[in-house]
Amino acid sequence: MTVFEPILFMMLAPLAGGAFLWRFGREWSPERIAGIGLGIAGLVLLTGASLSVGALRDGAAFLTGSSVPWITTLNVRFGVTVDGLSLVMIWLTVLLIPAALLTASETGDRTHRFVALILFLEAGLIGVFVSPSFFQWFLFWELCLIPAYFLVRFSGSASANRAARQFLLYTLAGSVGLLLSFMALFAAVGTFDFIELAQTEDLMSRVAEGLGWETVSTGTLGLILFALAFLGVAVKVPLYPFHTWLPDTYAEAPASVSMLLTGLMSKMGFYALLRIVLPIFTDQIVQLAVWLLGLAVVSVVASALAALAQTDLRRVFAYSSINHLGHCFLGVFAVMTAGKAGLTASVNEAVTAFDGIGLQMFNHGVIAGLLFFLTGRLENRTGGERDLRSFGGLRCFVPRFATTMTIALFASLGLPGLSAFMGEFLIFKGSFFFVGWAPALAVLGLLLTAVIALEIVRRVFAGPPNQRWQDLPDLSRKEYCVVVPALLLLFLGGIWPQWLLEFINGASLDLISLLSVAP
Amino acid sequence: MAVEWLWLIPALPLLAAGVLTLLPTTAGRAASFVATGSMFLSFVFSGLAWLTTLDQGEFSRTTFDFVWFKTGTAALKIGWVLDPLTAVMLLTVSLVGSLIFLFSVGYLAREERRVTFFAHLSFFAAAMLGLVIANNLLLLFVCWELVGLASWLLIGFWFRKPEAAAAARKAFVVTHIGDMGFFVGMIWLASVAGTLQFFDAGAGCLEETVVHSLGAATILGGLALSTVITLLVLWGAMGKSGQVPLHVWLPDAMEGPTPVSALIHAAAMVAAGVYLLARLFPLLDAVPDSGSLVAVTWVGSLTAFFAALVALGQTDLKRILAWSTISQLGYMMLGLGTGGPAVAMFHLVTHAFFKALLFLGAGSVIQACGHEQDIRRLGGLRRRMPFTFGVYAIGMLALAGFPFLSGFWSKEAIFHSAQVWEVSRIPFVLAVAGALLTAVYMTRQMVYVFFGEHRNSSFQKSFSERAVVTAVPLAALACGAITLGFLGTQAFPLFQEYLEGETAVLAWGDLIGWGSLGLIALSTLLSVGGMALAWGIYRPSQFDPARQQDPLNRWFPRIFRWLENQFFLDEWYRQTVVRGTCLAGRGAEVLDRLIWGPVVRLCAALVQTVAWCSRLADEQLVNRGFDRVCRAVRQGAAWCSERQNGRVQTYIKYVGASLALVVWVLILIDRS
Repeated sequence: MTVFEPILFMMLAPLAGGAFLWRFGREWSPERIAGIGLGIAGLVLLTGASLSVGALRDGAAFLTGSSVPWITTLNVRFGVTVDGLSLVMIWLTVLLIPAALLTASETGDRTHRFVALILFLEAGLIGVFVSPSFFQWFLFWELCLIPAYFLVRFSGSASANRAARQFLLYTLAGSVGLLLSFMALFAAVGTFDFIELAQTEDLMSRVAEGLGWETVSTGTLGLILFALAFLGVAVKVPLYPFHTWLPDTYAEAPASVSMLLTGLMSKMGFYALLRIVLPIFTDQIVQLAVWLLGLAVVSVVASALAALAQTDLRRVFAYSSINHLGHCFLGVFAVMTAGKAGLTASVNEAVTAFDGIGLQMFNHGVIAGLLFFLTGRLENRTGGERDLRSFGGLRCFVPRFATTMTIALFASLGLPGLSAFMGEFLIFKGSFFFVGWAPALAVLGLLLTAVIALEIVRRVFAGPPNQRWQDLPDLSRKEYCVVVPALLLLFLGGIWPQWLLEFINGASLDLISLLSVAP
Repeated sequence: MAVEWLWLIPALPLLAAGVLTLLPTTAGRAASFVATGSMFLSFVFSGLAWLTTLDQGEFSRTTFDFVWFKTGTAALKIGWVLDPLTAVMLLTVSLVGSLIFLFSVGYLAREERRVTFFAHLSFFAAAMLGLVIANNLLLLFVCWELVGLASWLLIGFWFRKPEAAAAARKAFVVTHIGDMGFFVGMIWLASVAGTLQFFDAGAGCLEETVVHSLGAATILGGLALSTVITLLVLWGAMGKSGQVPLHVWLPDAMEGPTPVSALIHAAAMVAAGVYLLARLFPLLDAVPDSGSLVAVTWVGSLTAFFAALVALGQTDLKRILAWSTISQLGYMMLGLGTGGPAVAMFHLVTHAFFKALLFLGAGSVIQACGHEQDIRRLGGLRRRMPFTFGVYAIGMLALAGFPFLSGFWSKEAIFHSAQVWEVSRIPFVLAVAGALLTAVYMTRQMVYVFFGEHRNSSFQKSFSERAVVTAVPLAALACGAITLGFLGTQAFPLFQEYLEGETAVLAWGDLIGWGSLGLIALSTLLSVGGMALAWGIYRPSQFDPARQQDPLNRWFPRIFRWLENQFFLDEWYRQTVVRGTCLAGRGAEVLDRLIWGPVVRLCAALVQTVAWCSRLADEQLVNRGFDRVCRAVRQGAAWCSERQNGRVQTYIKYVGASLALVVWVLILIDRS
């Protein structure tokens, strides 16, 4: 069996299951619906695990792709391509979705809708992470957006509606840019395949020819198309200053949805940068690398500063998510300042940075996911209270909860021994080789995240106990199901990062060789 | 013990920490046994490791490395190193650590969260021991940060107290400011040297080839690359070792339980900075007159003097000791900058013993006096706690550099190297002045606490200062504080030669030589003179703390206010750094709210405006005309249909009217 069938199953099972629940689930009890949803997500998880076993057994040979003809008039095939990076992203997906479904029954008589939407989202995400060509990829990319929109406004309040609308329209605007850009490429070259596009010689002059835009220089045309495509990524991840939708959205969405948004949808955006925009628009990124690097540094520092000024826990974590993904941007653009020749000359350093980015994507998914999960559980206990100032001394009442959240916070500040440090270290180490000032400035962001994390611990868990919360229950058995695996992943990633690097490193090597030989 | 088993030394306390976190909270007794036992075992293993370094006669350095992970086609190795520096540090940390653990058994006997305490304490020791054995800067950094975490946990152990929580956060953040410099230095080193291994068969970053190439390369301003990198690392060491201007966390760190203070101050945290610089000394010393060594010297000497000055104005028992730690760390830095790692390490070791002794003694005092720490409300304890008084006096004398105690010799070695420093004489002068002040402030504290009348009402007679777990550590540390100095006298510098890998030769001549003898006389004069001076000012017949203000306060109220408030540095930082950061945070948020958010909304509004215009055009221009015609037709039709109401009378009326009209028209036509 190749990788094709299991992946197809991982996309179709949640789709079908979601559709089934949407149609027939109205009358069933929330627990039952959540159970069915978890069952489906569990099946997908098992399939993902079996993929990994195959990957470990057969190595890279297993993780190739295959495709079948789909829309022949457009030269579009339906394909599946999996490499180390996709596999890691798939793991993240199949791990986070069940965690989000675990508490789904709390949505009451609309549980069937909630579960179905999350399953749709899962199908879309897996599709995004395995698509080898733009047409198929874009379909899944947009497929994610629709359930995400309805999930964000699930509470139905006016502010949630407004946030969801902003989220939808903003990211849709970004997608339109991407679509336009790829339409232009397709019109000229006649293919949607990412690798083919990346390897096409004189892509931009062919585009100019194909579109009949001889008056525009190829350089300008390249920059325009890059800007359009990059907009989609910059909004989705997001990169400063395209981030303003994010704090509102993360604050208004149900907690388990925020967990998916930061854990998975932001990775989807960054995945698009690595897989699509970077190989195709290599020249343009090299050309603009210093400016983009500046934006990445601003992203890291400004978002950390803004996080410092928040008092709403969710908004704090929202801003610190921007900060953490800013490190990924930092790594990419720092490496790209070297240009193609520089990449060829120092492959190892570039791969180091990209390995770090891969680690950071996975680890941030777990850590931010855990933080939003815990915040959600806290809100669930306190009736929606999540203002930093209204807590205090919670460690007396919920010691295990406090310990877990403290560990997660220390992971997010990049404490060595926990997973996030490894990604950050590799990114900084790789980047510093190419350009010194950017990592040196971005270190400020690391410092500020430490201040933020400690401030949260101090305000929420330490200090005189606030008697208002003395009856809060500690972690429940259900919550342990999420917390224990997450903590294990945090420690595993910090102590033995090789388990992820085993997969990511190959993908990074491939990517760098694609970038450095690309025409 | 061979180097490949060296990991056992940190692993034992780490294992204890792991086991302890799983124990129920009621198992306090078992927890203290497990933690203390594992620490003692670590000490035994450290002793074995030390013996291994002696075995080979000549200078021995063995390493053990393994691959941690691979990126690209390269592998990142980490490992342990066993050389005299490691062995000395291991012995100090594990021995002083064990004694402090033992003391904690008694000190925290009534604490309900004892299990947690010992778990954190073991973790602290494990992190520090890991830091010591690391043969890789990355591994060292990992442990360095874990030490920071452990100190955060322990300083904030009584987390219900807002001051403790704030002090813990301050300690972590301030040291983290230093760590970020260290981090940048580390990645810089990694990217130029290509390795972070210390010793790697000639290819390590502390070995000849790399050190030489880093010393030869210069960057902007003509600084050697090695200098820039080590300056960044120094910034980290200054954070951890409480050097000015990153010292502000250390006095506040007193909020933790007293054994924690002892551990932080003696062996497990602040010593890490000095150890780091001693370890990286080849890099610091890569070029002649290296800028980083000059910086180390200046920072150290200024800190030594400044902290001693501030200690004069403090009234909190532990706070005075904290400032004295800062000052003594300054001496170590000074020794490192002028005399090399052996001098610094010698003072580090002796200081570890007498400072642990002082803190544990202070712990006994605090415990006996109902947790009173203000020296103005203590007093006369000499009679009530004679044993504690005795050992505390030994510690105090060692710290003040009283002749022939350990602190005397190690400080003398520092003077010796500072005196011949070519760059400037000022550090030496500062060090001498600092030594005088040390004797003064320690005597002041002694007089306040142990002499005069008893001023404390909550003294607990039930407290037994001679309980085994309390007395044994104190006695052992006191022995160390007396004797350790003889390992490194000028005449027989066993310690220095061991660290540098030479055979010590007994040479009385060195001791009697002019320089040495002069310095010995100077040291003696300083310590004895300082003590006499302080006795003159503070002696009970002269001054009564219960009724009078501190004499210094009376004579120089302005200056004393500065000392008391630690030169207002905390306030100054609060006004500048903290406030600036908060403002910047507010600014970033306002930027989002007033610029970036509105820009996006403006774009959305523009799109919406266009949509509205199009709708308006549709409705007003296109639709309206069409609508009007339609309305006219409809109205006409309605008018017509109104006429056809099916009543014969109406029809006849219309017919009649029409007939009349027709007739009238015909008449008009006919007339024309």
